[in-house]
Amino acid sequence: MSINAALIASAQGRFPNATERASADHTALNIPADEAMLCLEYFRDAQDFNFLVDVTAIDWSAEQSPRFTVVWHLYSSLTHSYVRVAANCVNDGEPTMASATALWPAADWHERETFDMFGIKFTGHPDLRRILMWEGYPYFPLRKEFPLAGLPADLPDFEVAAETGTRLISAPMAGGPFVAGQGEPMSEAEPRAKDEAWSEQNPKG
Amino acid sequence: MVTANNELAYNSKIEGDVVVTQADAAINWLRSNSMWPMPMGLACCAIELMAVASSRYDIARFGAEVMRFSPRQSDCMIVAGTVTYKMATAVRRIYDQMAAPKWVIAMGACASTGGMYRSYATLQGVDRIIPVDVYVSGCPPRPEALLDALMKLQHKVKRERSASQLFRA
Repeated sequence: MSINAALIASAQGRFPNATERASADHTALNIPADEAMLCLEYFRDAQDFNFLVDVTAIDWSAEQSPRFTVVWHLYSSLTHSYVRVAANCVNDGEPTMASATALWPAADWHERETFDMFGIKFTGHPDLRRILMWEGYPYFPLRKEFPLAGLPADLPDFEVAAETGTRLISAPMAGGPFVAGQGEPMSEAEPRAKDEAWSEQNPKG
Repeated sequence: MVTANNELAYNSKIEGDVVVTQADAAINWLRSNSMWPMPMGLACCAIELMAVASSRYDIARFGAEVMRFSPRQSDCMIVAGTVTYKMATAVRRIYDQMAAPKWVIAMGACASTGGMYRSYATLQGVDRIIPVDVYVSGCPPRPEALLDALMKLQHKVKRERSASQLFRA
Protein backbone atom coordinates (compact mmCIF):
# COMPACT_ATOMS: atom_id res chain seq x y z
CA MET A 1 0.00 0.00 0.00
CA SER A 2 1.45 3.31 -1.04
CA ILE A 3 1.76 6.25 1.32
CA ASN A 4 -1.08 8.00 -0.51
CA ALA A 5 -3.44 5.07 -0.23
CA ALA A 6 -2.53 4.56 3.43
CA LEU A 7 -3.26 8.19 4.21
CA ILE A 8 -6.60 8.08 2.43
CA ALA A 9 -7.50 4.80 4.10
CA SER A 10 -6.73 6.20 7.54
CA ALA A 11 -8.77 9.32 6.82
CA GLN A 12 -11.67 7.22 5.55
CA GLY A 13 -11.47 5.16 8.71
CA ARG A 14 -12.26 8.33 10.61
CA PHE A 15 -14.52 9.95 8.01
CA PRO A 16 -16.47 7.31 6.07
CA ASN A 17 -17.91 9.95 3.73
CA ALA A 18 -14.47 10.96 2.47
CA THR A 19 -13.63 9.83 -1.05
CA GLU A 20 -10.40 9.82 -2.97
CA ARG A 21 -10.09 12.78 -5.30
CA ALA A 22 -8.49 12.55 -8.74
CA SER A 23 -5.03 14.06 -8.48
CA ALA A 24 -1.98 14.23 -10.72
CA ASP A 25 0.40 14.94 -7.89
CA HIS A 26 -0.37 14.87 -4.17
CA THR A 27 -2.78 12.91 -2.04
CA ALA A 28 -6.23 14.39 -2.41
CA LEU A 29 -9.65 13.67 -1.04
CA ASN A 30 -13.16 15.01 -1.10
CA ILE A 31 -15.06 15.58 2.10
CA PRO A 32 -18.62 16.78 2.75
CA ALA A 33 -18.73 20.45 3.75
CA ASP A 34 -20.04 19.79 7.26
CA GLU A 35 -17.12 17.49 8.05
CA ALA A 36 -14.44 19.65 6.44
CA MET A 37 -13.19 21.34 9.60
CA LEU A 38 -13.06 18.09 11.54
CA CYS A 39 -11.14 16.54 8.66
CA LEU A 40 -8.65 19.40 8.54
CA GLU A 41 -8.23 19.18 12.29
CA TYR A 42 -7.64 15.45 11.96
CA PHE A 43 -4.92 16.02 9.35
CA ARG A 44 -3.33 18.72 11.48
CA ASP A 45 -3.32 16.85 14.80
CA ALA A 46 -3.30 13.16 13.91
CA GLN A 47 -1.33 13.22 10.64
CA ASP A 48 1.05 16.12 11.39
CA PHE A 49 0.02 18.26 8.44
CA ASN A 50 0.89 21.33 10.46
CA PHE A 51 1.11 23.97 7.75
CA LEU A 52 -1.80 25.42 5.78
CA VAL A 53 -0.29 26.27 2.40
CA ASP A 54 -3.30 27.59 0.56
CA VAL A 55 -7.03 28.03 0.62
CA THR A 56 -8.67 28.55 -2.72
CA ALA A 57 -11.82 27.61 -4.59
CA ILE A 58 -13.11 26.34 -7.91
CA ASP A 59 -16.10 27.73 -9.79
CA TRP A 60 -17.58 24.97 -11.95
CA SER A 61 -19.83 27.57 -13.71
CA ALA A 62 -23.43 28.52 -13.06
CA GLU A 63 -24.84 25.47 -14.87
CA GLN A 64 -23.16 23.04 -12.50
CA SER A 65 -24.36 21.98 -9.09
CA PRO A 66 -22.58 21.93 -6.73
CA ARG A 67 -21.09 25.05 -8.23
CA PHE A 68 -18.28 25.96 -5.82
CA THR A 69 -15.58 23.76 -4.34
CA VAL A 70 -13.24 25.02 -1.61
CA VAL A 71 -9.77 23.52 -1.67
CA TRP A 72 -7.24 23.42 1.15
CA HIS A 73 -3.61 22.51 0.64
CA LEU A 74 -1.80 21.20 3.69
CA TYR A 75 1.89 20.51 4.16
CA SER A 76 3.65 18.42 6.75
CA SER A 77 6.98 19.78 7.88
CA LEU A 78 7.69 16.38 9.43
CA THR A 79 7.09 14.08 6.45
CA HIS A 80 7.58 16.81 3.80
CA SER A 81 4.41 15.81 1.98
CA TYR A 82 1.28 17.56 0.86
CA VAL A 83 -2.37 16.69 1.06
CA ARG A 84 -5.23 18.37 -0.74
CA VAL A 85 -8.70 18.50 0.80
CA ALA A 86 -11.71 19.63 -1.19
CA ALA A 87 -15.29 20.29 -0.13
CA ASN A 88 -18.27 21.37 -2.20
CA CYS A 89 -20.22 24.38 -0.97
CA VAL A 90 -23.78 23.40 -0.21
CA ASN A 91 -25.53 26.51 -1.50
CA ASP A 92 -24.82 27.48 -5.12
CA GLY A 93 -26.35 30.95 -5.00
CA GLU A 94 -24.95 32.09 -1.63
CA PRO A 95 -22.00 29.76 -1.15
CA THR A 96 -20.71 29.37 2.38
CA MET A 97 -17.99 27.31 4.02
CA ALA A 98 -16.73 27.00 7.57
CA SER A 99 -13.64 29.08 8.31
CA ALA A 100 -10.33 27.38 9.08
CA THR A 101 -9.04 30.41 11.01
CA ALA A 102 -9.58 28.56 14.29
CA LEU A 103 -7.21 25.84 13.12
CA TRP A 104 -4.62 28.01 11.36
CA PRO A 105 -4.50 31.80 11.78
CA ALA A 106 -2.91 31.80 8.31
CA ALA A 107 -6.31 30.97 6.84
CA ASP A 108 -7.42 34.55 7.51
CA TRP A 109 -6.08 36.26 4.39
CA HIS A 110 -6.48 33.17 2.17
CA GLU A 111 -10.17 33.08 2.99
CA ARG A 112 -10.49 36.82 2.47
CA GLU A 113 -8.99 36.40 -0.98
CA THR A 114 -11.28 33.49 -1.79
CA PHE A 115 -14.23 35.54 -0.60
CA ASP A 116 -13.04 38.50 -2.69
CA MET A 117 -12.61 36.51 -5.88
CA PHE A 118 -15.46 33.96 -5.62
CA GLY A 119 -17.89 35.41 -3.12
CA ILE A 120 -17.74 32.40 -0.82
CA LYS A 121 -18.63 33.43 2.72
CA PHE A 122 -16.51 31.75 5.38
CA THR A 123 -18.62 31.42 8.50
CA GLY A 124 -16.73 32.08 11.69
CA HIS A 125 -14.09 34.24 9.96
CA PRO A 126 -13.13 37.10 12.31
CA ASP A 127 -12.86 39.82 9.64
CA LEU A 128 -14.27 38.77 6.28
CA ARG A 129 -13.58 41.78 4.05
CA ARG A 130 -12.31 42.03 0.50
CA ILE A 131 -8.54 41.95 0.34
CA LEU A 132 -7.55 42.62 -3.30
CA MET A 133 -10.49 44.60 -4.62
CA TRP A 134 -12.05 47.32 -2.51
CA GLU A 135 -15.13 47.34 -0.33
CA GLY A 136 -18.07 48.17 -2.58
CA TYR A 137 -16.72 46.52 -5.73
CA PRO A 138 -19.84 44.87 -7.12
CA TYR A 139 -18.43 41.70 -8.72
CA PHE A 140 -16.47 38.57 -7.90
CA PRO A 141 -13.79 38.50 -10.59
CA LEU A 142 -12.85 34.82 -10.66
CA ARG A 143 -16.39 33.60 -11.15
CA LYS A 144 -16.91 31.97 -14.50
CA GLU A 145 -19.43 34.50 -15.79
CA PHE A 146 -17.10 37.44 -15.12
CA PRO A 147 -15.17 38.48 -18.25
CA LEU A 148 -11.39 38.90 -18.11
CA ALA A 149 -11.72 42.47 -19.42
CA GLY A 150 -13.90 43.39 -16.46
CA LEU A 151 -17.22 45.17 -16.22
CA PRO A 152 -17.99 48.87 -15.80
CA ALA A 153 -18.12 50.02 -12.19
CA ASP A 154 -17.31 53.04 -10.05
CA LEU A 155 -13.88 53.95 -8.74
CA PRO A 156 -13.37 53.21 -5.03
CA ASP A 157 -12.99 56.90 -4.17
CA PHE A 158 -16.06 58.94 -5.10
CA GLU A 159 -14.19 62.25 -4.73
CA VAL A 160 -11.57 61.17 -7.26
CA ALA A 161 -14.32 59.77 -9.47
CA ALA A 162 -16.15 63.11 -9.37
CA GLU A 163 -12.95 65.07 -10.01
CA THR A 164 -11.75 62.98 -12.93
CA GLY A 165 -15.00 61.60 -14.31
CA THR A 166 -13.28 58.23 -14.63
CA ARG A 167 -15.02 54.91 -14.18
CA LEU A 168 -13.90 51.32 -14.48
CA ILE A 169 -14.25 50.15 -18.06
CA SER A 170 -14.15 46.84 -19.80
CA ALA A 171 -10.52 46.77 -20.84
CA PRO A 172 -10.05 46.87 -24.64
CA MET A 173 -8.78 43.40 -25.38
CA ALA A 174 -7.42 44.37 -28.82
CA GLY A 175 -6.67 40.85 -29.93
CA GLY A 176 -5.68 39.67 -26.46
CA PRO A 177 -5.40 38.13 -23.96
CA PHE A 178 -1.69 38.73 -24.16
CA VAL A 179 0.18 35.50 -23.66
CA ALA A 180 3.69 34.30 -24.35
CA GLY A 181 3.86 31.50 -26.86
CA GLN A 182 5.28 28.15 -25.89
CA GLY A 183 7.93 26.53 -28.02
CA GLU A 184 8.74 29.82 -29.71
CA PRO A 185 12.24 31.27 -29.75
CA MET A 186 12.94 33.48 -26.73
CA SER A 187 12.84 36.57 -28.95
CA GLU A 188 9.24 35.71 -29.86
CA ALA A 189 8.14 34.70 -26.37
CA GLU A 190 7.18 38.18 -25.22
CA PRO A 191 3.48 38.37 -24.30
CA ARG A 192 1.55 39.57 -27.30
CA ALA A 193 -1.93 39.37 -28.79
CA LYS A 194 -2.53 36.16 -30.69
CA ASP A 195 -5.07 37.74 -33.04
CA GLU A 196 -3.86 41.18 -34.08
CA ALA A 197 -6.41 41.52 -36.86
CA TRP A 198 -8.79 43.47 -34.63
CA SER A 199 -8.43 46.54 -32.43
CA GLU A 200 -10.50 49.19 -30.69
CA GLN A 201 -11.18 50.82 -34.08
CA ASN A 202 -11.70 47.54 -35.88
CA PRO A 203 -13.77 45.28 -33.60
CA LYS A 204 -13.77 41.54 -33.87
CA GLY A 205 -16.35 40.35 -36.36
CA MET B 1 31.03 111.17 -16.38
CA VAL B 2 29.31 108.23 -17.97
CA THR B 3 31.16 106.42 -20.70
CA ALA B 4 29.48 104.52 -23.49
CA ASN B 5 29.41 100.75 -23.13
CA ASN B 6 30.94 99.40 -26.29
CA GLU B 7 31.49 95.89 -25.00
CA LEU B 8 29.29 93.11 -26.33
CA ALA B 9 29.80 90.75 -23.42
CA TYR B 10 28.46 91.12 -19.93
CA ASN B 11 30.81 93.15 -17.78
CA SER B 12 30.14 93.14 -14.06
CA LYS B 13 32.35 96.20 -13.57
CA ILE B 14 29.92 98.25 -15.64
CA GLU B 15 26.54 96.60 -15.00
CA GLY B 16 27.12 95.50 -11.46
CA ASP B 17 25.61 92.21 -10.22
CA VAL B 18 22.67 92.45 -12.56
CA VAL B 19 21.77 90.16 -15.44
CA VAL B 20 19.00 91.30 -17.72
CA THR B 21 16.71 88.56 -19.04
CA GLN B 22 13.05 87.76 -19.52
CA ALA B 23 10.97 86.51 -16.61
CA ASP B 24 9.85 83.47 -18.64
CA ALA B 25 13.41 82.52 -19.44
CA ALA B 26 14.61 82.90 -15.86
CA ILE B 27 11.69 81.02 -14.31
CA ASN B 28 11.81 78.22 -16.86
CA TRP B 29 15.57 77.92 -16.45
CA LEU B 30 15.09 77.45 -12.73
CA ARG B 31 12.21 75.03 -13.08
CA SER B 32 13.59 72.84 -15.83
CA ASN B 33 17.00 72.36 -14.24
CA SER B 34 15.72 71.50 -10.80
CA MET B 35 12.89 69.09 -11.49
CA TRP B 36 12.47 67.07 -8.31
CA PRO B 37 10.72 63.80 -9.10
CA MET B 38 7.95 62.17 -7.13
CA PRO B 39 8.85 58.49 -7.70
CA MET B 40 5.50 56.77 -8.12
CA GLY B 41 7.09 53.33 -8.31
CA LEU B 42 4.33 50.76 -8.71
CA ALA B 43 5.95 47.84 -10.52
CA CYS B 44 9.08 46.71 -12.33
CA CYS B 45 9.56 50.09 -14.07
CA ALA B 46 10.53 51.38 -10.63
CA ILE B 47 13.66 49.22 -10.82
CA GLU B 48 14.68 51.04 -13.98
CA LEU B 49 13.81 54.29 -12.26
CA MET B 50 16.27 53.36 -9.50
CA ALA B 51 18.89 52.61 -12.13
CA VAL B 52 18.32 56.05 -13.62
CA ALA B 53 19.02 57.60 -10.24
CA SER B 54 22.16 55.53 -9.69
CA SER B 55 25.70 56.26 -10.78
CA ARG B 56 25.69 54.59 -14.18
CA TYR B 57 22.94 56.75 -15.69
CA ASP B 58 22.86 59.49 -13.07
CA ILE B 59 19.76 61.60 -13.49
CA ALA B 60 21.59 64.22 -11.40
CA ARG B 61 23.17 65.40 -14.66
CA PHE B 62 19.74 66.82 -15.49
CA GLY B 63 19.01 68.26 -12.08
CA ALA B 64 16.42 65.64 -11.19
CA GLU B 65 18.27 63.52 -8.68
CA VAL B 66 16.34 64.62 -5.62
CA MET B 67 13.68 61.94 -5.39
CA ARG B 68 11.13 63.30 -2.99
CA PHE B 69 8.80 60.87 -1.30
CA SER B 70 6.71 63.80 -0.19
CA PRO B 71 4.42 65.23 -2.85
CA ARG B 72 4.71 68.64 -1.23
CA GLN B 73 8.33 68.90 -2.25
CA SER B 74 8.24 67.44 -5.74
CA ASP B 75 7.63 68.88 -9.19
CA CYS B 76 7.37 65.91 -11.50
CA MET B 77 5.52 62.68 -10.82
CA ILE B 78 7.13 59.72 -12.58
CA VAL B 79 4.44 57.03 -12.74
CA ALA B 80 6.59 53.92 -13.05
CA GLY B 81 4.51 50.79 -13.27
CA THR B 82 1.08 49.23 -13.44
CA VAL B 83 -1.67 51.39 -11.98
CA THR B 84 -4.51 49.34 -10.55
CA TYR B 85 -7.90 50.93 -10.04
CA LYS B 86 -7.39 50.54 -6.32
CA MET B 87 -4.09 52.44 -6.50
CA ALA B 88 -5.38 54.97 -9.04
CA THR B 89 -7.26 56.96 -6.45
CA ALA B 90 -4.13 57.17 -4.30
CA VAL B 91 -2.09 58.30 -7.32
CA ARG B 92 -4.64 61.01 -7.99
CA ARG B 93 -4.61 62.16 -4.37
CA ILE B 94 -0.82 62.33 -4.30
CA TYR B 95 -0.91 64.29 -7.55
CA ASP B 96 -3.41 66.67 -5.99
CA GLN B 97 -1.08 67.19 -3.04
CA MET B 98 1.81 68.27 -5.26
CA ALA B 99 2.31 72.01 -5.40
CA ALA B 100 1.90 73.65 -8.81
CA PRO B 101 3.64 73.86 -11.21
CA LYS B 102 3.72 70.08 -11.61
CA TRP B 103 4.30 67.64 -14.41
CA VAL B 104 3.77 63.94 -15.01
CA ILE B 105 5.84 61.37 -16.88
CA ALA B 106 4.04 58.11 -17.67
CA MET B 107 6.90 55.63 -17.67
CA GLY B 108 6.40 52.40 -19.58
CA ALA B 109 3.57 50.62 -21.32
CA CYS B 110 1.46 50.02 -18.21
CA ALA B 111 1.39 53.61 -17.02
CA SER B 112 0.80 54.87 -20.55
CA THR B 113 -1.97 52.52 -21.69
CA GLY B 114 -2.42 49.68 -19.21
CA GLY B 115 0.13 47.71 -21.21
CA MET B 116 -0.45 44.01 -21.38
CA TYR B 117 -2.79 44.15 -18.40
CA ARG B 118 -6.10 44.24 -20.23
CA SER B 119 -7.82 43.22 -17.07
CA TYR B 120 -10.63 44.12 -14.72
CA ALA B 121 -8.22 45.45 -12.09
CA THR B 122 -5.92 47.69 -14.13
CA LEU B 123 -6.39 51.34 -15.04
CA GLN B 124 -6.04 51.53 -18.83
CA GLY B 125 -3.55 54.39 -18.86
CA VAL B 126 -2.78 56.79 -16.05
CA ASP B 127 -3.92 59.68 -18.27
CA ARG B 128 -7.46 58.60 -17.45
CA ILE B 129 -6.89 60.00 -13.97
CA ILE B 130 -4.08 62.61 -14.13
CA PRO B 131 -2.77 64.78 -17.01
CA VAL B 132 0.38 63.31 -18.54
CA ASP B 133 3.11 65.43 -20.14
CA VAL B 134 5.46 62.79 -21.50
CA TYR B 135 4.80 59.13 -22.33
CA VAL B 136 7.71 56.68 -22.41
CA SER B 137 7.36 53.48 -24.40
CA GLY B 138 8.98 50.25 -23.30
CA CYS B 139 8.32 47.35 -20.98
CA PRO B 140 10.20 48.47 -19.01
CA PRO B 141 11.89 51.42 -20.77
CA ARG B 142 15.66 51.61 -20.80
CA PRO B 143 17.08 54.18 -18.38
CA GLU B 144 18.19 56.22 -21.39
CA ALA B 145 14.55 56.42 -22.47
CA LEU B 146 13.58 57.97 -19.16
CA LEU B 147 16.46 60.45 -19.43
CA ASP B 148 15.19 61.30 -22.89
CA ALA B 149 11.70 61.81 -21.46
CA LEU B 150 13.11 64.13 -18.83
CA MET B 151 14.94 66.15 -21.50
CA LYS B 152 11.74 66.34 -23.53
CA LEU B 153 9.92 67.57 -20.44
CA GLN B 154 12.65 70.17 -19.88
CA HIS B 155 12.19 71.40 -23.44
CA LYS B 156 8.47 71.60 -22.85
CA VAL B 157 8.91 73.54 -19.60
CA LYS B 158 11.31 75.96 -21.33
CA ARG B 159 8.56 76.89 -23.80
CA GLU B 160 5.94 77.64 -21.16
CA ARG B 161 4.60 81.15 -20.55
CA SER B 162 5.45 80.89 -16.89
CA ALA B 163 5.53 84.52 -15.87
CA SER B 164 1.99 85.27 -16.98
CA GLN B 165 0.74 82.21 -15.12
CA LEU B 166 2.76 82.86 -12.01
CA PHE B 167 0.03 84.32 -9.83
CA ARG B 168 -2.88 82.34 -11.21
CA ALA B 169 -4.62 79.93 -8.93
